[in-house]
Amino acid sequence: MSRAEAKAGGPAVGEPEAAAGHTGGPSGTAGAGGPAAAVAVRAPRPLWTLGLFRSELVTVFRRRRTMALCAVLAGVPLLVGIAVRIETRGGGSVGGDRGNGPAFIEQVSNNGLFLTFAGLAATLPFFLPMAVGVVAGDAIAGEASGGTLRYLLVAPAGRTRLLIAKYVSVLVFCLAATLVAAVSALVVGFALFPVGDVTTLSGTTLSLPEGMLRALLIALLVAASLVGIAALGLFVSTLTDSGIGAMATTVGLLITVQIVDSFPQLHAIQPYLFTHYWLSFADLLRDPVTWTGIGKNLGLQAMYAAVFGSAAWARFTSRDITA
Amino acid sequence: MAPIQPARYDDEDAPGGGGRARKAARYAVPVAVAGVAAATISLVPALADSGNPSLPSITAEQLLTKIAASDTQTVDGTVKVTTDLGLPSQLTGSAGGAMFGGEAGKVQGRGGQSPAAPQSQLVQLLAGTHTLHVAADGQDKQKISIIESAAEYSIIHNGTQLWAYDSASNQAYHQTLPQDSGKGSASTTPQDVPATPQDAARQILKAADGTASITVDGTARVAGHSAYQLLVTPQHADTTTVGAIRIAVDAKTGVPLRVTLTPKGGGKAVFDVGYTRVSFSAPSASTFTFTAPKGVKVTEGGTQHQSRPDNRDRSGTKGAEPTVLGQGWDSIAVVKSQGGPLAGGPADKGFKGRHGNGGAESLMNSFGSHVSGAFGSGTVFHTRLVNALLTDDGTLYVGAVTQSALTDAANAAAK
Repeated sequence: MSRAEAKAGGPAVGEPEAAAGHTGGPSGTAGAGGPAAAVAVRAPRPLWTLGLFRSELVTVFRRRRTMALCAVLAGVPLLVGIAVRIETRGGGSVGGDRGNGPAFIEQVSNNGLFLTFAGLAATLPFFLPMAVGVVAGDAIAGEASGGTLRYLLVAPAGRTRLLIAKYVSVLVFCLAATLVAAVSALVVGFALFPVGDVTTLSGTTLSLPEGMLRALLIALLVAASLVGIAALGLFVSTLTDSGIGAMATTVGLLITVQIVDSFPQLHAIQPYLFTHYWLSFADLLRDPVTWTGIGKNLGLQAMYAAVFGSAAWARFTSRDITA
Repeated sequence: MAPIQPARYDDEDAPGGGGRARKAARYAVPVAVAGVAAATISLVPALADSGNPSLPSITAEQLLTKIAASDTQTVDGTVKVTTDLGLPSQLTGSAGGAMFGGEAGKVQGRGGQSPAAPQSQLVQLLAGTHTLHVAADGQDKQKISIIESAAEYSIIHNGTQLWAYDSASNQAYHQTLPQDSGKGSASTTPQDVPATPQDAARQILKAADGTASITVDGTARVAGHSAYQLLVTPQHADTTTVGAIRIAVDAKTGVPLRVTLTPKGGGKAVFDVGYTRVSFSAPSASTFTFTAPKGVKVTEGGTQHQSRPDNRDRSGTKGAEPTVLGQGWDSIAVVKSQGGPLAGGPADKGFKGRHGNGGAESLMNSFGSHVSGAFGSGTVFHTRLVNALLTDDGTLYVGAVTQSALTDAANAAAK
């Protein structure tokens, strides 16, 4: 059947075969083996998954590298804000007359709220997905290389459940990381620049509360834009037992995809790249709001989550856990 | 170490007879999902506008009458404009991706003009693919927005007021138009940059009058509307590079929905402008109001009094009105510079002004080819549609004609 059967009683913890042996031999069918095992122990409590998820969440957020990544994400808007502040001190505009540099940077000196948009536009292409790639790549492979994966599987949670808990905790990190960048930008923007009504890209004006609401929606969209790379990182993470390898591969894939996305000659494959519609969050600042790009972005992220999430499931539930 | 045998209740972790088969079945799930996803992305847009609707047959004359009689004054839609002249990307400034969302590849400010002035913005439509939002309510109210990545450029025309706002530079442009400016022309854009299918169709049908064969060529679906296809082929024109022009006309309202121009040399369309979404109901009145937001630098374009408005004069050259040789599709525009040598030529000024750097000359030489003849020598610039000959004495011949037609014209002028 597999390697695990050959080393019966070995370190193949959490293997389906091991469970089957308990209930009556490897020839037991899926219909007979599964429920029997469940009844033998106890009925699963719904809150159980929540507990597993909570412990995963604590694991992610108590890591020092998570703290460091969040510090970097908070630092980027601060840096941008200070640079814009110094550049426009004499009443000049940023980046000359022609709107060079990151999106929205031109409006920052007029309205501090725009630092939130500029900060997200500056961190979304690289810093945010890099942070997510590190956390997602570490999710399974980090446990494997630390030798703790088998102990996680000792608990009667099942691999699928563990994988889901891992993925959800990575998604929570996506949201948290985005909010860290956004809140940092908001605080810096309000501290350094005047704040007032928001000028949309179309030249119309939104009231400040409306503008803040749009900023929140944009932060949620940016977080949702990271769903795809989170699934990709999780899949890579199930392929290897080396945490560093999984992180490097995920971040490397991100860079490759970003480069491919910037070649106009490769336009045929670009609609399939998870980074392609990332900047569509800016469409929320048009008047009227155009939803086409946003819809495409969310659809694409959902597809990446489905494809790589199911690939991670296929790999993780059928592989041998030896570490 | 004792074997650890956790109890499990997950069905999917239960053992089965054929482990390999089950493993394969598991991997089939992501593969199937990927297949469905790829098919959805690639097929859905293609299916949306496919098929030839069956419409009652109509003659070309009837269709032309329908277009002329169309009294649809209100429109609200999204237009996709694709221009593929085959120009080097340095010239059109579309090279490289703006990874950080900025408009890094954009043409730089030219000649000290406000970046929000329409004449400096609409030129970008001459290269690449652009998405525009178009709204119109009668001849006095129009709005055109060029949708860019994380930026937008809008022109709002409302009665005598012309406003333009460029979000990338956060600057606005304002101009007061003479009272009658709206009459006769339903567009605020310079006429040589058709931003809507209606504009493009109007220009082409005007040019095609009597010089081209116009036939009805099947039907198509454009932006969810059933449309007749009008095929315009130049006639009695041997040297033109224009192959054929297709105009899709809405069967119900007679509004041109899409215009495609293919060159004689074949290949992809050189110019393709069409609605991807269109509605003929009136846009809300607030669409056409514009108040300069706080903190926006406004450049006043002044009041226009002369019969030929400034915004038609894109080239920015002084004097040197172009003369036209030949007629119809074979016509060639000739621009003579008053300055004589190449360095003072109007085209050179135009190029330099447009790119704001000293490298313009070397750039021109890098994609032009040198020719000589009875007229002396000069440089020919090729695109997939328009060819241009700049002679060394500073005369510029431009037309949608072949290179030999240009040199012939120059030779004839030299005699």
